[in-house]
Amino acid sequence: MMRVALIGMGSVGRGVAETLAKKDLGIIITGIADSRGGCMDRNGIDIPAVLSAKKNGNSCGTSGITALDVIRKAEYDLLIEVTPTNALSGEPAIGYIKTALARKKHVVTSNKGPIALASKELRTLAQENNVALRYEATVAGAIPIMHTLEHGLAGNEIIGLYGVLNGTCNYILTRMADEGLTYEQALMEAREMGYAEADPTYDVQGIDAAIKLVILANTIWDNGVTLENVDRTGIDLLTADALRLAEEEGCTIRLIAEAIPRKNILRVSPRIIEKNHPLVVEGTLNALTLETDLAKEITLIGRGAGSIETASAILGDILFIRDRYVQRT
Amino acid sequence: MKGGSVQVSMKLEMKDSPGQLVAAIKPISEVGGNIIAVIHQREPDSDTDILDVQIVLELPEGRLEKLKILLQEQGVHIQRIGEERLLYTRTVIMIGHLMHTDLSDTVDQIDSTGFAEVSELSMSMPAIKERSSSRITIKSVSKDDMASALAILRRVAKQKSLLLVEPLEDIG
Repeated sequence: MMRVALIGMGSVGRGVAETLAKKDLGIIITGIADSRGGCMDRNGIDIPAVLSAKKNGNSCGTSGITALDVIRKAEYDLLIEVTPTNALSGEPAIGYIKTALARKKHVVTSNKGPIALASKELRTLAQENNVALRYEATVAGAIPIMHTLEHGLAGNEIIGLYGVLNGTCNYILTRMADEGLTYEQALMEAREMGYAEADPTYDVQGIDAAIKLVILANTIWDNGVTLENVDRTGIDLLTADALRLAEEEGCTIRLIAEAIPRKNILRVSPRIIEKNHPLVVEGTLNALTLETDLAKEITLIGRGAGSIETASAILGDILFIRDRYVQRT
Repeated sequence: MKGGSVQVSMKLEMKDSPGQLVAAIKPISEVGGNIIAVIHQREPDSDTDILDVQIVLELPEGRLEKLKILLQEQGVHIQRIGEERLLYTRTVIMIGHLMHTDLSDTVDQIDSTGFAEVSELSMSMPAIKERSSSRITIKSVSKDDMASALAILRRVAKQKSLLLVEPLEDIG
């Protein structure tokens, strides 16, 4: 039996809890906390009860118990950290992760902030404590990019990578191309569909894609790049005419994140791309092409967001750690 | 939008009789080539029945050998093949206040390099205060020259606050 603690009960946290409750994987949740409270039970928390409390607008536990209390005191083997991303400071998640690692607990996170800002420090801390830190869900949602890099493509040199890493931008560009919508019309539609935030800056100016690119670059090349190193252009100044001009040449425009260390390229920008190119995916899908010395080009396509889709990536990490580190009973 | 065509100039020798020029030109289209110029070079005082023709053409890469064979089969003698010139083509899109920021100057910055030129420009002209969009096709002698031309465009776009949308280079 493996024991996990879950910090964060937003859409991803609920997706993880739901999945763990539904699938008989031999995993129990012994601690849960969100921004309003927490609970602990060494014999396993009643997940359906917590989920229904959340559904009714209540906290997942007692208001006196904080996330840090759970991380410090609960009995668990692995911490699932799925609190909202703070791209500027990475906090409080960095503190959560450090606390768990220092307690020699494995950590699985979907949180981009800590990994983009402090991955080296956190990975070192994990190593020192002989535990794992995994973050498959931080990039491209359900696509198993980290596992592919680490295992499937082990031994390959990764020469470059190209990705459609932001579903909001891809949806907007798809709609502009397909329906001749203006940027403003497509953005409004994306909001109505729940694909865009009220303040879309983070997505449409390429910040989200750039953070994911930084995570990938550090994971693959350990080159210490940061968000400031990314040459970044968003999609918010594109016109319907520009999409039409591309279309006339059998092409379209997509927001592409690109890293080619040999050429010193680390860039997120709208690009003209042939419509039959494998990176041209529809709607909110994500796609990633890796260029390697042995396998040559590999393209992965899948859902970049969603509660259960992200839970899939988190579950992959959890089960990997269980099989590698935690004794199975 | 892909690069990789070759510019070739050929000096051909053929019989000065009806149908010979057509016989020389036909294989060019058969290999997917595009004739840029045909120059007759009939010596004024020549009394031979040999016709010299200079042809400049553009070919998809790797088709030259096939063309040579086809020409020989037509009885056309190739006197000389000119230096091959790689013709790289890239298309970009520029968005912004293109007219107010002197579009002809933007084009000139490429044309004046001597190694690259703007070969095509399509533009949308919305309401006067709104940003316009243009598609600009650039040709250059080599891949490196194309990189230099794009670097110039990037700099100009930055200076003039224009959004430059570049093509995604072929991967692999």
